[in-house]
Amino acid sequence: MKFLPIVELATKGPVFDCRMCGQCVLHSTGMTCPMTCPKTLRNGPCGGVRDDGHCEVKPEMPCVWTAAEGRSHHALMPNSWEDHFSELHPPVDNQLRGSSSWLNLITKRDKQFPAGWVGRTMADDGAEPADEPRSALGEVDDISGLDQGFHERTSIG
Amino acid sequence: MSRLRQLAESRSRPIVTAEFPSIDGGNLDTVKAKLDPILAFVDAINATDNPAAHAHASNSSIAIALKMLGAEPIMQVVCRDKNRLAAQADIVGAALFGVVNVCALTGDDVTAGDEPQARRVFDLDGPQLVKVMSGLAEGRYLSGRKISPAPELFVGAVENPFGPPQHYRVERAKLKSDAGARFMQLQIGYQPLVLESFIAGCVANGVAARTALLPTVVLTKTARALSFMHDNVPGISVPEPTRARIAGASDIPEESFQLTLELARHALSLDGVAGIHIADFRHDGSLARLVSELNLSVSEPTDPSAPSDPSDPSEPNAPTAR
Repeated sequence: MKFLPIVELATKGPVFDCRMCGQCVLHSTGMTCPMTCPKTLRNGPCGGVRDDGHCEVKPEMPCVWTAAEGRSHHALMPNSWEDHFSELHPPVDNQLRGSSSWLNLITKRDKQFPAGWVGRTMADDGAEPADEPRSALGEVDDISGLDQGFHERTSIG
Repeated sequence: MSRLRQLAESRSRPIVTAEFPSIDGGNLDTVKAKLDPILAFVDAINATDNPAAHAHASNSSIAIALKMLGAEPIMQVVCRDKNRLAAQADIVGAALFGVVNVCALTGDDVTAGDEPQARRVFDLDGPQLVKVMSGLAEGRYLSGRKISPAPELFVGAVENPFGPPQHYRVERAKLKSDAGARFMQLQIGYQPLVLESFIAGCVANGVAARTALLPTVVLTKTARALSFMHDNVPGISVPEPTRARIAGASDIPEESFQLTLELARHALSLDGVAGIHIADFRHDGSLARLVSELNLSVSEPTDPSAPSDPSDPSEPNAPTAR
């Protein structure tokens, strides 16, 4: 783990029970971490919330989204945050797990979404190979022939 | 075009959908035996996806079987068991067999089922899955890779008007409608006033006009069924007076039916409701009786995409919004 993620976890861990997803949305969820939801839902409460507002999975725990919804109207929260509450959040980018969301915010890495999420195709972005899709790994006899991205994506550490 | 889509767009008459019972063993005849008693009374039938976190014959296999047997399936897809790759593959694969209607659910947690040790996935959540389905219908995977030709899909979702925070459920319905849900099956509920306020909210924010809202009623036969749902099913609560009414009735099965009939009549009377979804826990012909007592006809609707008779001036060229 590098320096920044350690500082981030040390700060946000005790306060927000931060799970280091690397793409923080605390500002649009009334400062309640959605990754503490047992279903890690990013877009509001599921249909299983109990009558007392507690979690379907952990009856002793208040639903994080019910709490977040209440807090989003709190007088001390900026109004602009309330407006963001009902925005559709993109699927979690699992490549960012463990990295610093602060760094990802500054570098805009946390705003890199799959082309399909923003209504585009790979071809629009010039990323789609012109020929047939590449062969499956089982058919590759020389791994040096794989594109550079493959090695980056699969590197460990 | 799927009948569900036709009706959701034209609103020419109330839509009737039903839950298909879970299948575990057997063959296509097993599926047919469960389908025959309800086929004539519904427009489309839900092929469920491991309901209540119990493994059963899969959503896509049942959806394809229903299609082969002449029914119109609605393939449910839950977020609990499969990641984004598997979910998209199931939808695109089932579409090859003519499975058009797809319905996104978050899904009950694994702890609600008989394999609580299972790893929960939730790679996507319900609203995200709706948007991914809409992308597939437009001819692209989430990654942006093209699908040519694009699968024909009619995308839907579910919502629980009765779950806390109740005032926020209307917003959540809008989130899913904005993501592309064009039909929405609502959770079973025994609080008509809560349903009323949810539907009114959806009329006010425009969701009811573009997304066909289908409240759910459930056919039960015993007092225990109500207490079981109240105590054990996440997101369903049955008020004590309602449970007492059924428990104290002289003819419990008949009183249970009358309760369901009242709830269905009330739901269908609401402005903004496009039809009804029926879950049948009785399997004794009550579904047919309910549809008949509600005076619902599920005859083939006229297909607006079919060439219209030029001699008929009453036939509009374009579908009109109602």
